[in-house]
Amino acid sequence: MRVRVDGQEKSALPGQTVAGVLLAGGRVSWRTTRNGDRPRGVFCGIGVCFDCLVVVNGVPDVRACQRVVADGDEIRTQLGAELPGSAS
Amino acid sequence: MNRVVVVGAGPAGMAAARAAAATGVEVVLVDSAQGLGGQYHRRAPESLGGNEIPPIPGVRHLAATTVWALEPVPGGHRLHLRTGPADAPGRQATVLDTAALVLATGAYDRALPFPGWDLPGVFTAGAAQALAKGQKVAVGSRVLLAGTGPFLLPVAESLIGVGARVLGVLEANIPVGGWLRDPLALLAGRAKAAELARYVTMLARHRVPFRPRTTVIAAHGTDRVTEVTTARLTADWRVRPGSERRVPVDAVCVGFGFTPQLELAVAAGCRLAGEFVEVNEAQATSVAGVFAAGEITGIGGADLSEAEGVLAGLAAARLLGGQGETPRRAIAAVRAGRRFAAALDRAHPVRAGWQSWLAEDTLICRCEEVDYGALCRAVRDRDAIGVRSLKLVSRVGLGACQGRTCGRNAADLVGGLDPAGLARRPIAAPVRLGELATTPVHPNERDTS
Repeated sequence: MRVRVDGQEKSALPGQTVAGVLLAGGRVSWRTTRNGDRPRGVFCGIGVCFDCLVVVNGVPDVRACQRVVADGDEIRTQLGAELPGSAS
Repeated sequence: MNRVVVVGAGPAGMAAARAAAATGVEVVLVDSAQGLGGQYHRRAPESLGGNEIPPIPGVRHLAATTVWALEPVPGGHRLHLRTGPADAPGRQATVLDTAALVLATGAYDRALPFPGWDLPGVFTAGAAQALAKGQKVAVGSRVLLAGTGPFLLPVAESLIGVGARVLGVLEANIPVGGWLRDPLALLAGRAKAAELARYVTMLARHRVPFRPRTTVIAAHGTDRVTEVTTARLTADWRVRPGSERRVPVDAVCVGFGFTPQLELAVAAGCRLAGEFVEVNEAQATSVAGVFAAGEITGIGGADLSEAEGVLAGLAAARLLGGQGETPRRAIAAVRAGRRFAAALDRAHPVRAGWQSWLAEDTLICRCEEVDYGALCRAVRDRDAIGVRSLKLVSRVGLGACQGRTCGRNAADLVGGLDPAGLARRPIAAPVRLGELATTPVHPNERDTS
């Protein structure tokens, strides 16, 4: 499968999560916080903490550790609080 | 209505579903993950060399399904479900009624805050475990584990298994001393003790140092963790002056026990005993038609969870006329398991000295970025007392995780907060506004039995 991460094409395997793809590629953060503009990535890894939020196919606030990738997914960094459909 | 619904497909939920189905009643098992197993039996997908847990005969498994609300209805409870890719808009809505509900929603790691714990590269021990087991990814190449409790040991093993170098396992308590005070409990958990001995051998083989009364008190780095400070602790978990050491790492994993996932039990009105769901010897809660099994009734590991699941599933099925033999083995396993769990709890408490690791600007609530200073000011200057006013004044626990990560810690720091109040989340899992707007009000699943 092919997905795009911040515009770059990456290969992915069925059953991999977005966090699995990103961490395997050496990324540890893919979101910035709303107030402090601080980087965040996976913390709890099981869908509880909502720290690993990412934009998938234009939809923000997707937990990277829970979302299983689909072929052609467009994944990008989430900058602070984003509204659905807004461009970065 | 005439069906057993089990929420959570970990060891407790799977056992409950299997036991209930064996009596011939209709059983639906709901879980947010793709496959069966929960956190404990997590498997990697086939593409990464894993193999799925086979389906349970007679059980309808609703995978990738979130229970986002639970409400009482005459004769039972109504569950609002969404099925589809996690956090995607427009997932399929289902409304399911049940007269016999088994809650097996499990628990998640408790992480204590310390300066720098919000840096990328700081994970919970559970995150390292989930990513190693489920995604075959190591969270780092030089990893330090810190916290308290035996769960750190299998996490070290998993990390080594995916190629990480584990620099050490730092246990804030003195486990051996704690256990020697209760040899009967150790006997009750013979299998567990053998498992622990196996991990100790594994650590020695990989030359991983195990350091009691030691922990990570700070993480350092600009955009990710590059170093941590470790320190020796007093019996009360205060830092022993002069024992601080800097250690270069690219990941640190922390776990200080577990917090039960209580929102559905609280929504059902189940009475709590301390911070867990109160159950009787048949795993029945204080609410008619609602049973609970596994870590939401107390932290005791997979074997105890499974035995509790057998009892809960059978009791739920009997409520609907299902017939089954008295599960003598499960009853005995629950008795031994609880004894072991109580000893575990006594040997690995979270001690108050952790509060001395905090700096004024250490985040307590990661979502809303509320630091320790702000929390203290809310209490001192604005008299924020009780869960509601503390949330509204300081914003602690008001973010996306709904206080799951910070609630327990804020309760310790502030004192006097009600655990049920902390777990009151009428929307048990976030749904998108579009989904909320199109929520069916009546059951859209007909009873098939």
